[in-house]
Amino acid sequence: MDRRRLRFLGQSWLFWVAVVLIFLVAQWVLIPRLTEFRRTAWVMFPSIMAIICLGLNLIYGFNGQFSLGQWGFYAIGSYASAILTYRYAERFTYPIQGITIDVPTVLQRLVPLAQVDLFRFDAGQSLFLFGAVLLGALLAAAISAVFGYAVLLRLGSDYFGIATLGFTIIVQVLLINSDQVIPETKGARGMVGIPQMTSFFWAFFFLVLTIVVIRNVLYSSVGRAVISVREDELAAKAMGIDTIRYKTTAFVIGSFFAGIAGALYAHLYAFLSPIYFGFVKSFDPMIIIVFGGLGNMTGTLLATFLWAITLEGMRIWLPQGFEAWRFVVYPIVLLLVMLLRPQGLLGKLELGFLRPPKWPQRAKAKAEAPSADARRETPEVREAIQ
Amino acid sequence: MRDLQSRLVVAFRRYWYLLIVAALILAWLIGKYREMPLLFWQFLVDGIRLGFVYALIALGYTMVYGIVRLINFAHGDVFMVGAYTAYYATTRYGWGFLPAMGLAIVVCTFLAVVIERMAYKPLRDAPRIAALITAVGVSFFLEYFTALDFVFTPNFISYTPLPLSVTTWRVRGVTISNIMLLIIAVTMICMLALWYVVYRTKLGKAMRAVAWDKDTARLMGINVDLVITATFAIGSALAAIGGVLYVVTYPQIRTFLGVMPGLKAFIAAVFGGIGSIPGAFIGSLVIGMVEILAQGYISSPMRDAIVFSVLIIVLLYRPTGLFGEAAKEKA
Amino acid sequence: MSQATEQRPMVLDIQGLSKNFGGRLTTQGYEGGLWAVRDFDMTVAEGELVGLIGPNGAGKTTVFNMISGLISVTGGDVNFQGQSLVGKRPHAITQSGIGRTFQNIRLFPQLTVLDNVRIALHPHAGYGVLHSVWQGSRFARCERDLTEKAQDLLAIFDLEDRQDEIGSSLPYGEQRRLEIARALAGEPDLLLLDEPAAGMNPQEVHALMDLIQFIREKFDLTIVLIEHQMRVVMGICEWITVMDFGQVIARGTADDVSSNPKVIEAYLGRQGKRG
Repeated sequence: MDRRRLRFLGQSWLFWVAVVLIFLVAQWVLIPRLTEFRRTAWVMFPSIMAIICLGLNLIYGFNGQFSLGQWGFYAIGSYASAILTYRYAERFTYPIQGITIDVPTVLQRLVPLAQVDLFRFDAGQSLFLFGAVLLGALLAAAISAVFGYAVLLRLGSDYFGIATLGFTIIVQVLLINSDQVIPETKGARGMVGIPQMTSFFWAFFFLVLTIVVIRNVLYSSVGRAVISVREDELAAKAMGIDTIRYKTTAFVIGSFFAGIAGALYAHLYAFLSPIYFGFVKSFDPMIIIVFGGLGNMTGTLLATFLWAITLEGMRIWLPQGFEAWRFVVYPIVLLLVMLLRPQGLLGKLELGFLRPPKWPQRAKAKAEAPSADARRETPEVREAIQ
Repeated sequence: MRDLQSRLVVAFRRYWYLLIVAALILAWLIGKYREMPLLFWQFLVDGIRLGFVYALIALGYTMVYGIVRLINFAHGDVFMVGAYTAYYATTRYGWGFLPAMGLAIVVCTFLAVVIERMAYKPLRDAPRIAALITAVGVSFFLEYFTALDFVFTPNFISYTPLPLSVTTWRVRGVTISNIMLLIIAVTMICMLALWYVVYRTKLGKAMRAVAWDKDTARLMGINVDLVITATFAIGSALAAIGGVLYVVTYPQIRTFLGVMPGLKAFIAAVFGGIGSIPGAFIGSLVIGMVEILAQGYISSPMRDAIVFSVLIIVLLYRPTGLFGEAAKEKA
Repeated sequence: MSQATEQRPMVLDIQGLSKNFGGRLTTQGYEGGLWAVRDFDMTVAEGELVGLIGPNGAGKTTVFNMISGLISVTGGDVNFQGQSLVGKRPHAITQSGIGRTFQNIRLFPQLTVLDNVRIALHPHAGYGVLHSVWQGSRFARCERDLTEKAQDLLAIFDLEDRQDEIGSSLPYGEQRRLEIARALAGEPDLLLLDEPAAGMNPQEVHALMDLIQFIREKFDLTIVLIEHQMRVVMGICEWITVMDFGQVIARGTADDVSSNPKVIEAYLGRQGKRG
């Protein structure tokens, strides 16, 4: 097989090698240097937020549908997967020993560990988590398909947003009362005892998956159809695009990823409270994607990490006793950014492999020769057109 | 008469299934009424009271949206500031009730003007989402800044002593308080005043003109900035009044006080057709009623879910709200 | 006035088309409101190039919008290749073989020239969401075919150099050409052109006329043209329908129509343009 053409999910083999390398470097070099707290707050949590934000950017930044409903799907993904793991996870263990390599002292300046483990994990638990995450996300996607289709059929942009807000609140209220149906969730008191299974590997894995999938969808004919709805819905319809179908498609995909993010979130902090999934917090993803630039994937990634690190970082940087000022500084910064750069940090600029693929223009001579005879266009006409 | 008849026939043919659902709900309500008629009337009375308070807030939302197409998420927080102002005025400084309300109005109006000039005006020509996020930012700022210890503190405060002596009467078994009568009276006065301003003064005419077409209004010599600021000011004054009346009715104050009532009032404005003043009023009454009935007859925790479900269902059938105008696009 | 024969079957058959705005529906029909279009008839045979003219506000674009399904039909029927279009959704109508351009250019403003055309090719893309994600060989093949088709089309319209430029940054005349190219991407049998010569100088208008004749032959099209510039209408249309106040006031060849007193009155009376 031609090595140059070996592609997986549209990306070259080189790309995947780079991904693995980045993972290894992060896992062995960077993360061991962080405290547990910082690891969660600066690496894991932003990764999870980035997943839901990328999904929302697909729905709003690229498809033009203002939606506050992703937070509700985030909640659905969280609780659904948490209930599964809470009830059944213990039964699935299959530890794999793997290899333990001693890190030579020479390298220990780089890798601050005495030993690194390769392929040492619990296959049963990992697979179960993977399954639980997937099922949570599929449930979110299914509900989003029904809700999205029913509502998109009739409501224009602003009102659709309001309906999604209503959806998020309804989900929250249902979760607060959920202990009557599913006692483990303990309703408003919050669900505890969720196995803390989200590791850096899973956060990284799903983040990369999300980025690649969303990028692939956007840089395809389906993606162009999705974007055309944002650009000019009427013209899109007139060009043969079933706008309702593509609005629903974007909505379902975005909600699917919100579900994945939610599932990872549940297993990160091992605690879920319905208060967190309310109206106030539901704006966070929206704020992040506007901050990073609507319709810009790189911007969303950048903005998510900046947002999370700054918010958490302020806990450390602000002088003692002023921690509550975090949430005062945060909106002020937000206001400044909106006033000074309303198009977001990166505007429309994409970086790296997230850039749109270029199709080379064909050489003029090649295009002219075979069709020149077929063309009735006279040279005068061509000149006139210039 | 014949025209009305034929319109009803056409409506019936189209929406027969909705009419069945409505009939079922009506039957259920009548059942509840027969069971305990006093409770039903009590709920109705409480619903009206809540609806009137929501109306004061909803009017601000609807006016601002009508004029600059912005959903002013900070409106609920202005409402909160009004409540706090009155609270501190009466408890700490011994002001009377009416002067305290007056102070609240002044403070809120000032606050709203400052917000509008600093945060919203620069973004008038920016994409709408930027203004929306800014509104959210202002809202967060108000909520958290006032929660700082040296401002309003993050604690829950109980409004005691109340600045008004509460007297209640039982009218045919239903409890009515003087506060409720006050709410109704004040709201009606405000509505009348608002109607007068919007339809009988030059400022009102200018407001309607700017709401219709901002650029043309400017070309006609209207000081658009002033009109917009005035709209914000009027809306916030109403919110201040609403805030004072709200905490006198439900005397628990905290800096996140404005979040839920603000949201409900916003929903009410959308429900009635955002941009429409009568719509905001009717919408608020309906939402207030639905909220109290749901809370009383179904369950308190599920109350909000029911309110929002009602909203979504109504939006599905009347996408621009009860009195809203449909936007037409020219190909 | 259509010359429909067995060799040239009827492509578009509009009967009694009507549109009412703002009236109330009662059991006796519509009351009040404005009849933007009333009892409009038109038949077009395969391969014909026909014109639809009339003063501003006569209802011409409304007719187009009803044909393409962007506006609901109050009354009457639109029959395309034997099937009624009334009640069908716009994308289905387009996919059944009708392309159109718009009075006010409606390109996708932030997208490149190439993407503008590629979007219109989406119904013929050959793959769905699954392959968009997987991006295997089928995706690569279909994308290549699709892009080449788009580039071929751009080449015909002399826009291939511009393929990576943002559509809305093109000069006006090129934007119009791009809109036509985009409309043709869907491989329509019927093309509706809404004032394609608007805002063009005489040189450009001449080129446009040649272009329209050219694409009619090359793509085997039937074309209905709304135009204000009489030079275009009289120059290339085989026969013309004239509208005023939502109704047909005259029909015929260019000569018939230009000497028709009702037509003259409609234009002069409104101080309308003369080509």
